[in-house]
Amino acid sequence: MAAAIRAKELGLKVLLLDDNDYLGGILPQCIHPGFGIHYFKEELTGPEFAYRLMNKLDGVEVKTSARVLEIINYSDLEKFVVFTSPQGVQKVPTKTIIYAAGARERHAFEIGIVGDRVAGIYTAGEAQTLMDIYGIMPGKEIVIVGSGDVGLIMARRFSLEGAKVKAVIELMPYPGGLARNIMILKDFNIPLYLSHKVVEVRGKGRVEKIKVVKVDENLREIPGTEFWIEADTLVISAGLIPNVKLLTEIGVVIDPSTGGPIVNDRLETSVPGIFVAGNALLINDLVDYVAEQGELAAEGAREFIENGGIPSRRWIRLVKGENVRLLAPHYLSGERDVWIYARVRRPMEDVVVEFPEIGKKIKLPVVKPAEMLRIKLKAEEISKAEDKITMRVVKHG
Amino acid sequence: MGKVYRFTCIVCPLSCTIEVEVENGKVKDVKGYTCPRGKEWAIKEVTNPRRVVMSVIPVEGGKLPTVSVKTEKPVPKDKIPELMKFLAGIKVKPPVKVGDVIAEFEGVRIVATRDA
Repeated sequence: MAAAIRAKELGLKVLLLDDNDYLGGILPQCIHPGFGIHYFKEELTGPEFAYRLMNKLDGVEVKTSARVLEIINYSDLEKFVVFTSPQGVQKVPTKTIIYAAGARERHAFEIGIVGDRVAGIYTAGEAQTLMDIYGIMPGKEIVIVGSGDVGLIMARRFSLEGAKVKAVIELMPYPGGLARNIMILKDFNIPLYLSHKVVEVRGKGRVEKIKVVKVDENLREIPGTEFWIEADTLVISAGLIPNVKLLTEIGVVIDPSTGGPIVNDRLETSVPGIFVAGNALLINDLVDYVAEQGELAAEGAREFIENGGIPSRRWIRLVKGENVRLLAPHYLSGERDVWIYARVRRPMEDVVVEFPEIGKKIKLPVVKPAEMLRIKLKAEEISKAEDKITMRVVKHG
Repeated sequence: MGKVYRFTCIVCPLSCTIEVEVENGKVKDVKGYTCPRGKEWAIKEVTNPRRVVMSVIPVEGGKLPTVSVKTEKPVPKDKIPELMKFLAGIKVKPPVKVGDVIAEFEGVRIVATRDA
């Protein structure tokens, strides 16, 4: 929506397609506060954030229940989007596409849980849709896999609505969520098992018990540490993966570390004229960043249409250095200021974020994998580099 | 020696570890904060913790089966179970607009956060 609104403001003709029957992606079901602090300078719930954007969509052609089946990249300036909707299958010509299809959740089979195929196993997003859109409680006694923000927020929702959250099981030795969400565990006295993993689910028809085991520093199971937790529901919150299937079908190059496309500083992918924003680009902590990326992609789309492509004299590579797990964008022109989004590999205190080729250093008291770094590089700083800029996070001093 | 509560401050991303010492229900000492906002937050967190509470309420014949709601202001933590029971007894009929007051609980307004 943010991309569509900005593109419309820039004078482009916009068609917004969403395969859901309501707009806003997951926002309408994220009924907790914490959204929009940067973007609207006000703390909103997910549905409120979505509603603010919906009110600015005037002048944008919107189609819901419209599932995109195929993107056809005929040439740089001639593309088609094929979609199905209640009106039938349509093929629409376009010059640029902003792809903001979000992410999907990792499910039980992907994280190696074995056992009975029973009712009562959900992803956190499915459980959230059930509770907060349809008003149905997914279970009474719940074990959550994963201490990321989604898992923690669902732990609060289950507890508030009267279910017993028996444990949150985290594979890593540190919690995966933002500090403000870790607070939830304290609020409801929910035990958090760090360096533990769920390996097996047993039950007749419905989940009855869940096997948990401790892991060592290499995430290998430690024999003899197994124990069972009785519960009727298992909720998997084991991370999100950018939803890029339609893009890979037309040859968009994917960065294995973000799971999203490799992009330049206009968020243009390796296929000219195809832009990407939000969780389809990389998994974001805040919807504010998602909206910001949408606007940037819209500006890229306008530039593309005006110039028949994104003009740049050269591209400077942004390279991952020490303790940087992922970053985007990957190519910088040095012609404009850029927000860098990045995540570290492991938590570290008293650090310096360094870009040695351009002599930039930023001191930070603490970095955590759960907290995305968002750093501005100025055009004049970037243009000091010859062919690449390394980003590394090292101990201060 | 009173009881010492330890928190990770959530006011800003610095994430200071703040310790609040409480004796006979009174705050005796606060340690580890970097700014006055953190200090104030930590004291409040010990003496009178409050949270914004969110839930959903069934809508009979609405666009979606439920409407999401939140408390307009943070409510005392120990009142939350009572508030949730109160909310469980409510049903509404469409149309509901974002910002509509659905109910009131001990002087705190419960407002809709979705249209229904």
